[in-house]
Amino acid sequence: MKLKFAAVALAASCALSAQAVTEVQWWHSMTAVNGEWVNDLAKGFNASQSNYKIVPTYKGTYDESMTSAVAAFRAGNAPHILQVFEVGTATMMASKNAIVPVGKVMKDAGQKFDPKAYISAVAGYYTAPSGEMLSFPFNSSTTVFYYNKDAFKAAGLDPEKAPGSWPEVALAAAKLKANGHKCPLTVAWQGWTQLESFSAWHNVEFATKANGLAGMDARMKVNSPLHVRHIENLANMAKQGLFVYKGRANVPEATFVSGECAMITTSSGFYGNVKKNAKFAYGLAPLPYYPDVPGAPQNTVIGGASLWVMAGKKADEYKGVAEFFTYVSSPEVQSASHKRTGYLPITTAAFQLTEKSGFYKENPGTDVAVNQMIRKVTDKSRGIRLGNYVQIRTIEDEELEQVWGGKKSAKEALDAIVKRGNELLERFEKANKKG
Amino acid sequence: MEKRVFFRSAWLPWVLMAPQVAVIALFFFWPAAQALLQSVQQSDAFGTSVDWVGLDNFRNLWNDDTYLASFYTTAIFSTLVAVLGISVSLLLAVFADRIVKGALAYKTLLIWPYAVAPAVAGVLWLFMFAPSVGVVSYWLRALGIDWNHLLNGTHAMTLVVMAAVWKQISYNFLFFLAGLQSIPKSLIEAAAIDGARPWRRFWTMVFPLLSPTTFFLLVINMVYAFFDTFAIIDAATQGGPGKDTAILVYKVYFDGFKAMDMGGSAAQSVVLMVIVVALTVVQFRFVEKKVNY
Repeated sequence: MKLKFAAVALAASCALSAQAVTEVQWWHSMTAVNGEWVNDLAKGFNASQSNYKIVPTYKGTYDESMTSAVAAFRAGNAPHILQVFEVGTATMMASKNAIVPVGKVMKDAGQKFDPKAYISAVAGYYTAPSGEMLSFPFNSSTTVFYYNKDAFKAAGLDPEKAPGSWPEVALAAAKLKANGHKCPLTVAWQGWTQLESFSAWHNVEFATKANGLAGMDARMKVNSPLHVRHIENLANMAKQGLFVYKGRANVPEATFVSGECAMITTSSGFYGNVKKNAKFAYGLAPLPYYPDVPGAPQNTVIGGASLWVMAGKKADEYKGVAEFFTYVSSPEVQSASHKRTGYLPITTAAFQLTEKSGFYKENPGTDVAVNQMIRKVTDKSRGIRLGNYVQIRTIEDEELEQVWGGKKSAKEALDAIVKRGNELLERFEKANKKG
Repeated sequence: MEKRVFFRSAWLPWVLMAPQVAVIALFFFWPAAQALLQSVQQSDAFGTSVDWVGLDNFRNLWNDDTYLASFYTTAIFSTLVAVLGISVSLLLAVFADRIVKGALAYKTLLIWPYAVAPAVAGVLWLFMFAPSVGVVSYWLRALGIDWNHLLNGTHAMTLVVMAAVWKQISYNFLFFLAGLQSIPKSLIEAAAIDGARPWRRFWTMVFPLLSPTTFFLLVINMVYAFFDTFAIIDAATQGGPGKDTAILVYKVYFDGFKAMDMGGSAAQSVVLMVIVVALTVVQFRFVEKKVNY
């Protein structure tokens, strides 16, 4: 492993000495359509000036590229820029010696950088309790609801009216099932969509300390009566065959595109896939909610990834990083990225530019995610950032599966998530207290 | 009677052993020492700050109910994999040994799966048994079995055991076949002349003569089930539903390589190492007594 990285670094440094420009290594996890987007961004920046050259490298899925970066860092060969998913954010923040805050990078390089230009739900997520922005928001997504309009029509439902509340979802599902549909509803990223985003959407705490944003001593709160009610509701739907569990992470997405499942809650970043591959009319809608909950709907939480600057590089290279960030955050580049990928426009200026261009009118549904996010956030809805988050997500999967399988009641499973999650949070707090 | 070779030189045996010792030191002792070291440390993901935490990592494991439950899961999984893997391949080897025509084709086909990477094997079985699109789950549904390893723990366990056994059959098969072919034909023929039927010949002669091979494979298969199966689990079930297929080594892999909790992962691998060493000792002390060399 180390040898391989050494070889790569050697090759990179040979290439470096051959050219006068300063190379900046960027490791990312974008594939297919989004991979082309990343390469085009680098190409655009490299063509716009002649001092620096951004070199994007695909390093596997989010967790793979993070593991590679850890190994590379330990061997002294980390890239300059690393794309890290939201789940890894707390881990990166805690690794103070491995990263350079993006605010510092911009200031040292003399680049203008205003965290207020960013949509608050986005910027807040990547900002330390001290108010310093630690990483550069890049591809942000959120949770939305997709439904199959053709299936709705066949079941006698109004295809132009998406079910906005959970009781309406259950009614629609019952009609779809009566019409012979085998999978009326499924959910992808169950922990993210049904617990995390669900909490923010209803303005209830997912964890204390502003869901972990305000400090490392946060503890889980997902066994509140509202959470229990929702998971119980889904469990009942599962029993009646209205909700069908199709697996962890984004695995269930395929069942929506294939037409097997008629409704799904998942990432707004799923839009590109649906647009390209769905052979039926589809609609996007805001995440369903419980209308009797005061304050709902609030806003949904952020997913996706941000760019981290790794420590231990030369000042000149950091200048290149800063210039690249300035380039990527210009409203024109931002807006073009948003239209192309379905990820959120992360600055207010980019959103306004996109709106002015008439894109949302031409592509109905693309503004759903944006509208869910650009609201005034509360302490309970700003975002969720927990230590050992990767493991907590897995705990959510494990416990929820036992509810869908009828082995545990909603209350038992949620209590278990709180108990097991808190153990991990305590451990994270302990491990990162010093430093 | 044990055979012993005596060297007159004092240093020659050491020199002859050196390459093997170097390989073992580099690929076994050094990583094992690293694991021991990391198991008493707690560090951030990038290893920039390292704290000595004594036995905290082990204490955390001990307090984790789900970790203790995965011992039970691991025991079931390993026993099934070892027993099924050995018996199925013994059966196949016995049949392949009797085949006269086209033996090479059968043997090649049986050895083939060994060349498949564990993760690929996991995905392959996952596809066949996928609840909505899998071929086999479609047949099962036709038979009235509602296959759903996403929510049914027994189904999930069956799936990973099948994938793990399938992957290991080739290896076992090769050894059994070689073992069978080294049994002198004259012995079998003599027994046949004495009137022993195939069933009896197998249990009173062939099986005991194969016992060194079987014992060797038992040890190897146990080690395989304990250590080498995480890729299959990761590809097929990710330890789910719940923790029904989360065997010990899968958690080592997950915590270390996905969640980047090096200390916790190292502590688990130390526990695993102790278990396997203990199991191997037990096997050599008690099972080996029944082996005829």
